[in-house]
Amino acid sequence: MSKTGKTIPVLTVLAVIVAIWYASVVWMNAPFEYDQAERAKTNPPAFSQLVKNTMAQKRPVLPAPHQVVAEIYKTTVLKKITSKRSLIYHAWITLSTTLLGFIIGTALGIALAVGIVHNKAMDKSVMPWVITSQTIPILAIAPMIIVVLNAAGIQGLLPKALISTYLSFFPVVVGMVKGLRSPDSAQLDLMHTYNSAASQTFWKLRWPSSMPYLFTSLKIAVAASLVGAIVGEMPTGAIAGLGARLLAGSYYGQTVQIWSALFVAAALAASLVFLVDFAQRVMMRRMGEKPEGARV
Amino acid sequence: MPNVVVSAKNLSLTFETNDGPVHALSEIDLDIKKGEFVSFIGPSGCGKTTFLRVIADLEKPTGGDISVNGMSPEEARMSRAYGYVFQAASLQPWRTIEKNIALPLEIMGHSKAEQNKRVEDVLKLVDLDNFGKKYPWQLSGGMQQRASIARALAFDADLLLMDEPFGALDEIVRDHLNEQLLKLWETTNKTICFVTHSIPEAVYLSTKIVVMSPRPGRVADVIESTLPKGRPLDIRESDEFLKIAHRVRDGLRAGHSYDE
Repeated sequence: MSKTGKTIPVLTVLAVIVAIWYASVVWMNAPFEYDQAERAKTNPPAFSQLVKNTMAQKRPVLPAPHQVVAEIYKTTVLKKITSKRSLIYHAWITLSTTLLGFIIGTALGIALAVGIVHNKAMDKSVMPWVITSQTIPILAIAPMIIVVLNAAGIQGLLPKALISTYLSFFPVVVGMVKGLRSPDSAQLDLMHTYNSAASQTFWKLRWPSSMPYLFTSLKIAVAASLVGAIVGEMPTGAIAGLGARLLAGSYYGQTVQIWSALFVAAALAASLVFLVDFAQRVMMRRMGEKPEGARV
Repeated sequence: MPNVVVSAKNLSLTFETNDGPVHALSEIDLDIKKGEFVSFIGPSGCGKTTFLRVIADLEKPTGGDISVNGMSPEEARMSRAYGYVFQAASLQPWRTIEKNIALPLEIMGHSKAEQNKRVEDVLKLVDLDNFGKKYPWQLSGGMQQRASIARALAFDADLLLMDEPFGALDEIVRDHLNEQLLKLWETTNKTICFVTHSIPEAVYLSTKIVVMSPRPGRVADVIESTLPKGRPLDIRESDEFLKIAHRVRDGLRAGHSYDE
């Protein structure tokens, strides 16, 4: 199916979601309106008034989509980006943590994969630990990393980025081990007949073979990295970042603030995945990949 | 014996498997002289591919002796004594045809200018002059296999080992490539070891046909071809051709039990 063929189905689903959302807004925020009427000893509002009220509450249980949009607009376009109330400022903090963690995680993942593929002892010993590492809940580990590194005098971006690293290195290891092992035996035999050195076999065969696997892993890793950054911001005393906004919003019952931070985080994740996907397309085209639908 | 390229004496190879030992090669005695075109023919499991892989140092024999260019197979491999062509073209999809052919040259450390010259030369040799800049997926199966032959020729080894290189191609393409391969063999004067399933292919191409039989893999018959060196395709209808083909078939039948 062509790209344009997807637009209408996607928009239809979006419209349905928005409709359900609006209906939920009325349903979830109505009890508050009835409560208010009861306390004021007045009659409950008529349905049309009720709908109007539920969409304009200051601290709704569920904010209406347009309230979230207005909040995002207010805290991005209308605020200076240096302001502590600007979502762009907070998004930037989270983004820089994400990217630092992602870069370290990717480097670590590739290094481990190279070791696992080339060294039998590492293959046997490291892989089980890599898998075990992901069974530990990140929420339990995150505060400890922050606290321990803080005690060691390391503060700022790095401790949070390491939590991103913790989540993002895993898909890279798994994908790269598979990718570096993807050349078939004929291709490896061929290198052997050339009396190729291990490093030559790596750079001229294993590494290029692993590229599709690497990019698939990177898409997962970059999204996981963002999750790590947000989780990492929560135990830091809620100073800055989207995670801090989420936490502050929940402390003070600012649901609109929570939802707008959530949406900005989602948009950030989508953009990051899109960027990696774009890099993959450029890379695969440069590596002479057969274009979709091309004929010989 | 300066003229002997490959010499096997009492060579055997046994694979240890979970179901017990498999005798892939047993008591192989064979000499291949310089400039010969030797075909190995036999049913699956007769060890023809294994023998080729032993020459190429891709398998280690478990008994007997083998020398390649007077050296051990490992030394021969290290001195890049042979080019190997697999059944699949095994071209790297991210390299153009030129770059694929240049791959062994890069690994062996030839200069850029030398690489370009050799690539150009071998592309001409296999009639792919205008396809150097294409990617493998843009070529037909037969052309891909020609490119892989060019790659094996590029570093100018005197020995060419070919493991069913045309096995996956249709008969018309196969005929054409057989003809081309013969021409190539005449012009380059290389020694060729060629594994095949096809009797006509073996008889048409070879100066020597080694008929092998399975369980354990051994040589059933060695036939020196009496056909002349220049061979048009229609030589395959001559009486002499049919006589040799008949002997090959007899050899295969003798070594092969149809009860299994």
